[in-house]
Amino acid sequence: MFTNFPFFPQQASVQAGQVDAVYFFLVAVTAFFSLLIAGLIAFFAVKYRRRSDDEIGVAIHGSLALELLWTVIPFGIVMVMFGWGAKVFFDLYRPPAGAMEIYVVGKQWMWKVQHMDGQREINELHVPIGRPVKLVMGSEDVIHSFYIPAFRVKADVIPGRYNNLWFEATTPGRYHLFCAEYCGTKHSGMIGSVVAMPPDEFQAWLSGGPVSDSPVAAGEKLFQSLACNTCHVQGAQGRGPVLNNLFGSTVQLASGGTAVADQAYLRESIVNPQAKVVAGYQPLMPTFQGLVTEEQLIQLVAYVQSLSQQGATPSGSSVPTMGPTTGAASAQPEIKR
Amino acid sequence: MRDRGAEHFPGPLHQPPVVANVDAIQPHEHVEHPHHPKLQHHFDDMAQQTEASTLGMWVFLVTEVMFFGGLFLAYLVYRHADPMGFQEASNHLNVKWGAVNTIVLIVSSLTMAFAVRAAQTSAPPKVQVGWIVATMILGSAFLGVKVIEYADKFEHNLVPGPNFVWEGKYPAGAEMFYSLYFCMTGLHAVHMIVGLGIMTVIGIMAGRGQFDEEYYTPVEVSGLYWHFVDIVWIFLFPLLYLIGYHYANH
Amino acid sequence: MTNYLNNGHSLASWLLTKDHKRIALLYLVSITLFFVVGGFFAMLVRFELLTPAGDMLNSETYNKMFTMHGVVMVFFFLIPSIPAVLGNFLIPIMVGAKDLAFPRINLLSWYIYVLGGLFTLYAALSGGVDTGWTFYTPYSTAAANTHVMTAALGIFITGFSSILTGLNFIVTVHRMRAPGLTWFRLPLFVWAHYATSLIMILGTPVIAITVLMVAAERALHLGIFDPALGGDPVLFQHLFWFYSHPAVYIMILPAMGVISEIVQAFSRKNIFGYSFIAFSSLAIAVIGFLVWGHHLFVAGQSAYSGLIFSFISFLVAIPSAIKVFNWTATIYKGSVSLDSPMLYAFGFIGLFTIGGLTGLFLATLGLDIHVHDTYFVVAHFHYIMVGGAIMGYLGGLHYWWPKITGKLYSEAWAKFSALIVFVGFNLTFFPQFVAGYLGMPRRYHAYPPEFQVYNVLSTAGASILAVGYIIPLIYFAYSLFAGEKAANDPWGSRGLEWEIPSPPPTENFTVSPVVTEGTHQYVHPKQEVGLA
Repeated sequence: MFTNFPFFPQQASVQAGQVDAVYFFLVAVTAFFSLLIAGLIAFFAVKYRRRSDDEIGVAIHGSLALELLWTVIPFGIVMVMFGWGAKVFFDLYRPPAGAMEIYVVGKQWMWKVQHMDGQREINELHVPIGRPVKLVMGSEDVIHSFYIPAFRVKADVIPGRYNNLWFEATTPGRYHLFCAEYCGTKHSGMIGSVVAMPPDEFQAWLSGGPVSDSPVAAGEKLFQSLACNTCHVQGAQGRGPVLNNLFGSTVQLASGGTAVADQAYLRESIVNPQAKVVAGYQPLMPTFQGLVTEEQLIQLVAYVQSLSQQGATPSGSSVPTMGPTTGAASAQPEIKR
Repeated sequence: MRDRGAEHFPGPLHQPPVVANVDAIQPHEHVEHPHHPKLQHHFDDMAQQTEASTLGMWVFLVTEVMFFGGLFLAYLVYRHADPMGFQEASNHLNVKWGAVNTIVLIVSSLTMAFAVRAAQTSAPPKVQVGWIVATMILGSAFLGVKVIEYADKFEHNLVPGPNFVWEGKYPAGAEMFYSLYFCMTGLHAVHMIVGLGIMTVIGIMAGRGQFDEEYYTPVEVSGLYWHFVDIVWIFLFPLLYLIGYHYANH
Repeated sequence: MTNYLNNGHSLASWLLTKDHKRIALLYLVSITLFFVVGGFFAMLVRFELLTPAGDMLNSETYNKMFTMHGVVMVFFFLIPSIPAVLGNFLIPIMVGAKDLAFPRINLLSWYIYVLGGLFTLYAALSGGVDTGWTFYTPYSTAAANTHVMTAALGIFITGFSSILTGLNFIVTVHRMRAPGLTWFRLPLFVWAHYATSLIMILGTPVIAITVLMVAAERALHLGIFDPALGGDPVLFQHLFWFYSHPAVYIMILPAMGVISEIVQAFSRKNIFGYSFIAFSSLAIAVIGFLVWGHHLFVAGQSAYSGLIFSFISFLVAIPSAIKVFNWTATIYKGSVSLDSPMLYAFGFIGLFTIGGLTGLFLATLGLDIHVHDTYFVVAHFHYIMVGGAIMGYLGGLHYWWPKITGKLYSEAWAKFSALIVFVGFNLTFFPQFVAGYLGMPRRYHAYPPEFQVYNVLSTAGASILAVGYIIPLIYFAYSLFAGEKAANDPWGSRGLEWEIPSPPPTENFTVSPVVTEGTHQYVHPKQEVGLA
């Protein structure tokens, strides 16, 4: 349509159409009421213009009926907006089960993308179309925000925690990726592309990747080198809780409450272990804050996640849904830029 | 331009003295007595002035509640995030000093109330000044204790930052606790110091015989401020010193 | 004839004045200076954005420009503007008093404002701040290497100016009303300022303690908001927006009060739905404290908190809508005169309607995800703050200028510049809605080429808008020297302020008024109620 003067970006995700529909409704309501008020004012200003210097207006004080009318009708309209917007939001907020997970780390001033099979990208994100993708995102320094206008999705990327966003791309193409939270000098340079590809092309792209370890494999190595296994003993009671089948379960805490062992919980347990001590254990675990990078945290979290049936995402092994992946396979290592 | 005043727009209400919608031909009646020397001229009478001053102080105290409120919110959030750490750190504070300070402040509010009462009943200046000085002595004692406590923290590396050392089980929580401890008690201490300054001024005025039953508003509103600072401490003491006190090993 | 302007000519009689009218003028001069400073930063931003590449300024300088533009315009222009100039001048007169409740505190508030302003100017001149006016942590506490402390302290100090102004207004309205002036006979301008004052006293202390915590974290490495030190960066956002959202109502409510007065005066008709407008002002102030979370929809908070804040954000729009309808209904069967204040009022109503409705886009959860932190937001708030608040301020200045100065300005030039402002404003900010929905993020120094056309339109509009703001400076100044003298009531209006001379005497009233009915009751002796 208006390719030289577009009014909205391409709709390239399942969500985009839903968001645009709400948008068009609000545009229509805005246009209607703006034109109504402007029109009434213009009309009254002309019709009731002062015709002599000592003319005054009619003494009308108000009308309860009118007040109710223009309270109730706007209230009804905004409730429709609220409900519709909330529905779209909940769809945007809840990734479907089985979504493909990709880790993202934002840092001043670049995006580092880590696919579960080991592919790494800088300022680019390759995804297949027709498949829900969930991004698990952390920051190395300040708050950033991962924004793909064509997909209509955005989530802040906040240091000290993980935030998620999900989408399902529908149309192959290259789309803008922007950092949308001011983060310092090169904030407007922290941009890149999201490349959506048909599934077969995506598999091909994955296979053509570099020879790095998948995060799970790297995490396993870290787990040994950082001596986590001395307290978190496989399958047996050690000084620390058992990590097998931990991911996704609900944990009893020493303070009496509970917590769901998701990625955020795992990350927090590494950098601030005293915050949620598990019931029956002592607060002995040292903190690794400052001793591991965000990427290493991703690797550790991915590894612990892989120790659980619910969280199993493929590392080096091939799994039908992911297609043939490569860990240590042959192809020329290419650094994706 | 145009003047659409009296000539062009002859409403019945436009007539000198020009006070439309109003009915003020007679000057405002006032009782024939000399103005109180302390009556400020934009007020009609002392009653209005007193009411305005007191309301002004109450509004100001509301702003102070919101000011401290931000810190209390941060305390709430972080204590909820790490309850064990906060308890461990709180147990490390010296409850005796905290209790002493609490009693000192409560008594100082009592002496302050007596100071207001003295002014209100036209007590001799010496008596008024006496109560005010008593309040100031107690306030200074409070600050003295805080100096002792702060010095102790500095000595034992309990000031958050690069030199913070914590031998307990919850170092992260303890450091956050002490950040809030210093912010909250520090802000409170600043308010105490300002309070002492106010008391000095009030004391001097009282010594000059400026307060009696007809005019004691400054003492009253200063009293309100002092009581407020006291009440903030009443909240700070249990929240900072007494977390899990009953259960800790003492 | 002695009035407040010629009652003493020395510098001391101005700088040590207790007269609320002189203090209002002190504020007028200082906020105009800050407006020019803030406008200068805006022009640099807009010129840079003419081209997609960041070629005029380097990134760090650009980031400082938009930061300083925001800080100066929000804290040193918009928040004080109407209350400190028009409120200070008019509220005592409108309640029939000789001055505010605490004249010395009024003067102190001006000095505090100036001190805070000097701190901030110092921060700007000695290198600038580049955190954005929102100072998000941990960037502002850990990473920004610019003058965050000085700017934070400047804002901290200035906050007390706001608090003291609000305190003064509240006590004045409660305790200084003339005999017979009941609450429901008060002018709507006073209601608007009362509601604003509630926000000032309840909200400003929270930003004060928040910037203090940022300063403490920065200076003493106390870990409150920095995750590397164990803090929570989102806590800062909650504390910051707890004030800064109500702050936008501090900026708009007084303007709404001005519009209520102008619409009545220039329709020669009392307002339609007085109590609805009065209560709407209070409702906006109260509900406005409950919506801050809509700035955190993408920060990863629970979806249920998002639902609650979205719902309440929709509720806060309703009282504003009620006001717009009531103002429109006031013009119906009025005797409408299109003098410049009324032009500004009409501009306000139209642009505030658009601005307010675009706020609903942001309250809509699913939609906010896409437009948050884009130029859509920038356009929305400029429609409210510039198309709304500044037009209200200009309208008020034009309406009450004869009263304040005793002089008349050139109505022809005033009408002309109102038109320029309206055209320039829309050309500046409407394209930003489009750019924002297309995905252009805010605070971008350089941008992809497809956004250029909207940026060029916007900069062109800004240049026109600037002209529209400069012309009044000229004819207002000219009026002081060569303007016609104004009578007590040049507009044929109603209200206590129009019953006293222009300019008023220092003590406002020679005799204390006794009020028997509300303002804006127009009665013509020769006609029955009603027009031909």
